[in-house]
Amino acid sequence: MADREERRFAEISRESVKFMAESTGVELGDDVAGLLAEDVCYRLREATQSSSQFMRHAKRRKLTVEDFNRALHWSNVEAICGYGAQDTLPFRSAKEGELFFIEDRDINLVELALATNIPKGCAETMVRVNVSYMDGKGNLEPQGTVPSAVQSLSDDLLKYYQQITRAILGEDPHLMKVALLDLQSNAKIAALLPYFVYVISGVKSVSHDLEQLNRLLHMVKSLVQNPYLYLGSYIRSLVSSVMYCILEPLAASINPLNDHWTLRDYAALLLSHIFWTHGDLVSGLYHQILVSLQKVLSDPVRPLCSHYGAVVGLHALGWKAVERVLFPHLPAYWANLQAVLDDYSVSNAQVKADGHKVYGAILVAVERLLKMKALSLSQQSDGGSSGQTGFAGGSICYRVSSPGLSPPPEPLSEATLGIASHLQAGGAGCPLEEWTPVPLPAMYCELYSFFGDSLAVRFSTGPGFSSYSALKSSQLSDARKEPPGPTSNPDTTRKMPQLTANLNISPRHDGSPRTDPTPPSLAATGSGRSLTRSCSSSSSVQRSRSSSRSGQRSAGLSRDVFPKARFTSSQTGPPAFSFLIGGRQMGLRCQGRRPFQTNFAPTPPLSAVPPRAYAHKLPVIGRVGKPVRRWACSHYSLHLPL
Amino acid sequence: FRAVPDDGGLVDADEDKDIKTEASNDSWGNNNANDGRLLSPSPGSSASAGSNKSAAGASEEQQTLLAVLQFLRKNKLTESVEILRREAGLPEDSLEPKGADSLLSRVTASSTAGAQAPTKVAAGEDQPDVNVVLSAYSQQGDPALYEVYYSGLKRFIESVLDCHRAELSQVFYPLFVHMYLELVYNNHESEAKAFFEKFSGDQECYYEDDLRVLSSLTKKEHMRGNETLLDFRTSKFVLRISRDSYQLLKRHLQERQNNQIWNIIQEHLYIDIFDGMPRSKSQIDAMSGSLAGEAKREANKAKVYYGLLKEPEIELPLDDEDEEAENEEGKPKKKKPKKDSLGSKSKKQDPNAPSQNRIPLPELKDSDKLDKIMYMKEATKRIRLGPDNLPSICFYSFLNAYQGLTAVDFTDDSSLIAGGFADSTVRVWSVTPKKLRKVKSAADLNLIDKESDDVLERIMDEKTASESKILCGHSGPVYGISFSPDRNYLLSSSEDGTVRLWSLQTFTCLVGYKGHNYPVWDTQFSPHGYYFVSGGHDRVARLWATDHYQPLRMFSGHLADVTCTRFHPNSNYVATGSSDRTIRLWDVLNGNCVRIFTGHKGPIHALAFSPNGKFLASGATDGRVLLWDIGHGLMVGELKGHTDTIYSLRFSRDGEILASGSMDNTVRLWDATKAFDDLETDDFTAATGHIHLQDNSQELLLGTYMTKSTPVIHLHFTRRNLLLAAGAYNP
Repeated sequence: MADREERRFAEISRESVKFMAESTGVELGDDVAGLLAEDVCYRLREATQSSSQFMRHAKRRKLTVEDFNRALHWSNVEAICGYGAQDTLPFRSAKEGELFFIEDRDINLVELALATNIPKGCAETMVRVNVSYMDGKGNLEPQGTVPSAVQSLSDDLLKYYQQITRAILGEDPHLMKVALLDLQSNAKIAALLPYFVYVISGVKSVSHDLEQLNRLLHMVKSLVQNPYLYLGSYIRSLVSSVMYCILEPLAASINPLNDHWTLRDYAALLLSHIFWTHGDLVSGLYHQILVSLQKVLSDPVRPLCSHYGAVVGLHALGWKAVERVLFPHLPAYWANLQAVLDDYSVSNAQVKADGHKVYGAILVAVERLLKMKALSLSQQSDGGSSGQTGFAGGSICYRVSSPGLSPPPEPLSEATLGIASHLQAGGAGCPLEEWTPVPLPAMYCELYSFFGDSLAVRFSTGPGFSSYSALKSSQLSDARKEPPGPTSNPDTTRKMPQLTANLNISPRHDGSPRTDPTPPSLAATGSGRSLTRSCSSSSSVQRSRSSSRSGQRSAGLSRDVFPKARFTSSQTGPPAFSFLIGGRQMGLRCQGRRPFQTNFAPTPPLSAVPPRAYAHKLPVIGRVGKPVRRWACSHYSLHLPL
Repeated sequence: FRAVPDDGGLVDADEDKDIKTEASNDSWGNNNANDGRLLSPSPGSSASAGSNKSAAGASEEQQTLLAVLQFLRKNKLTESVEILRREAGLPEDSLEPKGADSLLSRVTASSTAGAQAPTKVAAGEDQPDVNVVLSAYSQQGDPALYEVYYSGLKRFIESVLDCHRAELSQVFYPLFVHMYLELVYNNHESEAKAFFEKFSGDQECYYEDDLRVLSSLTKKEHMRGNETLLDFRTSKFVLRISRDSYQLLKRHLQERQNNQIWNIIQEHLYIDIFDGMPRSKSQIDAMSGSLAGEAKREANKAKVYYGLLKEPEIELPLDDEDEEAENEEGKPKKKKPKKDSLGSKSKKQDPNAPSQNRIPLPELKDSDKLDKIMYMKEATKRIRLGPDNLPSICFYSFLNAYQGLTAVDFTDDSSLIAGGFADSTVRVWSVTPKKLRKVKSAADLNLIDKESDDVLERIMDEKTASESKILCGHSGPVYGISFSPDRNYLLSSSEDGTVRLWSLQTFTCLVGYKGHNYPVWDTQFSPHGYYFVSGGHDRVARLWATDHYQPLRMFSGHLADVTCTRFHPNSNYVATGSSDRTIRLWDVLNGNCVRIFTGHKGPIHALAFSPNGKFLASGATDGRVLLWDIGHGLMVGELKGHTDTIYSLRFSRDGEILASGSMDNTVRLWDATKAFDDLETDDFTAATGHIHLQDNSQELLLGTYMTKSTPVIHLHFTRRNLLLAAGAYNP
């Protein structure tokens, strides 16, 4: 009989029956054992059959010991106790002889009772609701996502989590490196993501400890780089942690010995990295970041280190962000900065040093802005043969930008360039709101009015091409052969304080450039001031139109602690510019002296802060993962339409 | 043996009635007479031997003995008569109509009647029960010949015309089972095994489960107590065969003198003969699959009042609140005509509806009226669903339900959700911000000012407010729960054999209804409250009233567990699904079974009436949803798509959409309007019940919605047609 249905049925051989009998001290004949075996088999099948009914009604797929016991119970057989464990029992064979047994380990009850890791009780059974399908169509939330709160972690994961966090936040740098590397490449940690994000959001509580902050940022970097992780909406949380490091006046910043600048630089770098790799995960993220950076920048109450963070952050987001936010804001900000830099009192020394930091950061940012703008123009117009490539050839090496003022943040310079080149390619991918760019020459003109020679100098010189692989080699060589500008780098360093002094007296006239890209030939200005002045003022008007903050800027030239703005001129006539740039820098490159002439039409005024950025904040009903307490409340809205 | 009018058993007297009526349609009687002659030589002796064993004792046995003697004498087996009489110690004149005249006259009368193709149905009703004595399988031929018989029939059926083959093939399965059982019963174990080996592969795949049970059974002792087999013996397997096919079969068997098979056909099979074209294979397959074959046509002929009851007249208060709300929305006038239209609709008496007081229904209380008004208000805001306008689905996930969620129910207004668990608890949650509160204790209640306006609010104990309550009392998994329509009570049925009634005011158990004594798989309140139905492992569905501790009706007839129970919207009928793979509809008034639906190939776990009461949808472990026309007693649709057991079915409030939830972690939506519109309702179909199903599941499927490892075990449409689904997340 065994050969017939052995695939389907439990069979108990007559030998087994005999063994059993022997173990209880009964001797059985062959025929009796055979009969018994057959009967046992049948009863077994019968019980299995009826136990499956209990399984079906319990709406399970898995037959449990309990089901079987219930079947036994209803056929008046005593239940079999001791097999109710959830996990499968290991069925082992003894090496000697054909013996099979169920492994039954001894348990040390004393140990169990005195154990310190008392198992937590089961979480309470609860009901959660989520709108799975709106109007029969899937909603935006991924279907059937499990609320992270109840996602149970396996022991292994929990251990991993503990080890990793301990390693990263611990003392051993080598261990940290290993942990970060693993975090970067481990494919199985998706379940832990919320926990890591939570840990990272702890930046606020360790703002006194630069080292810890750094480690947390490294953790962010590793998570972001892990190709197996889908960050989803956690990106928001990560970004807010990073932004915290960039912008907030950290407790660590109080002590000037702490190099929080490097942290900010690194965080900014990280921000750009997150944005360029995961920016598409959350809509409106870019605008949100821009808005928050702008807010910080335009808030005079904030300390300079925050401003520095904002500038660095904008810089990291690419030249378009700089053009968009920093550049229009510069005139207003400049006054504030100027005031700080002008104060030579001893008590102001520290603030002044900070001010120089900001100054340097702004300089770097606008330089790249100019450079990239020129590059984009040149690429737009007539390729590499045009004479404008020289703009692109300049250096924006960070080292040069803030000479002597702070230790050079190494990682930033190169990475920033990388990001910048990325931006060029992907710039179209994140279309900004309706916004009119200020033409390059006007921009240069204005910037020059602030930075004077230091801008011009560094604009045209420098060794750093490393990242501009996009440029043709011929252009590169061109640029290299180009004679260095009349001033050299050490010159700049010397000059900067001097320049500010000049500016102090007469911001524009005295700072007139030695090299002569400007003054530009200017047409159609409504004011009777000098050419240079009107140039800058008119462009400032254009800017003030382009931003909604024109009101703030009309505060006059008061020299308070942080004057609001310094430009008061109001232009009436429609600004129509015609620039003719024919300076040496241009001429040097052109085959022949071909003047570069551009006409700029008046630009339509800009709309204010885009309202769309907040669109995602609209309430979403039935979202998963809300705390239990709020469940009922959140459901009120859900219940109403029932 | 046919010559002696038999009774299939005490249990199914009515089935025999059916046979008799059938006999009158068909010239059955003559055949029987012939058969009697044909069969008497060989099995006669064994029969008498069998009866000898049990001849001692009771007068009932003596009566049957007399019947046997009568039979033998009628067949001119005088020697046997003498021997038997002597052995039983009966006086010689006992066969004369002196001692047992009433009995014997009846026997003779009916036997002669049978021989003359009569119409004596009434006379046949209380016949001595010969077959109980002559145990069903005791007669036997040569065990070695069983294979020959069977394969002979097989050859024959394979050689007949195509149009008859499908019909005649239906005979295979019941024949196979009965022959196998005969072999087992008569202790021919090895032959039985060989027989099973040889022919089990030929059977239709949907009998696989039964064959598995069968194959494990190889000893006579095992047959005792095996319920599946009991079913086979006590009930006749019903086949529907056209007259032509039947004649073919009969002629063949008679020519071959294949008595063994002919015997089985007569003893254990009920052949429902119809005039007309033989059915096709697909038609047969659609209807077969149940444990006991198809339903007899007669079984579905009774009139069913499937219409809805007239809604009670409730004067809709045009209260200020309502008006204000409407004014706010800027369309104050629109509501009135709507209400009127609703009212007029309910005023018309549906010709198919039962009379209003066919079964007594509880009076509406004030609170019920308020609820009805709420319902109507909500109904005006209901979303009209359709293929282009699918419902939104909200999923209620039970989290941390490690103990095992076994049943879920929502209140009609979707304000409460209850879950039954395998750890024998019932938990109730409030889905609204309104928390669940208990009524204060008796002592505290005494302190309350009973005259105050807000007395209903004052009786509640604010301290007990919580989002969920646990009801403990059962001692086994809770397999079915149901809220009362007024939301004051909750029913739960459990493995411990009881149904419990819980108060949702005090959150305590009020009554334990005992009667099933075996696991109770399902229970449901009547849509009008007060009554409820339960069904369980004892194969009986019971109708209860909440204020009676004993059932009011017992619906017995299923051959296996009653797995799910549903009330018809008019509360006059109850539908039960069973593991015997049939669905039965019972009349609450008289307890009669008025419909038997066959066609599922697995135990039925979900039932749903359409809101208009005309249709029934059923879902089973085979993953198919079948649609039934209650009035005509026909299968009208088959919805294929699910890959696992369907645990929940629900029609949208207006009946346009059917939602099905399954173990395969999906919710599917089906176009119910279209499924019922496409009905072919010609007279022939209605008369014969031979449906032609198009395979249009894909057209009717409107959407498939996945959950993540969460089996869908309950579905509910809110009053505004939002679909709520529930299940336990199983990581």
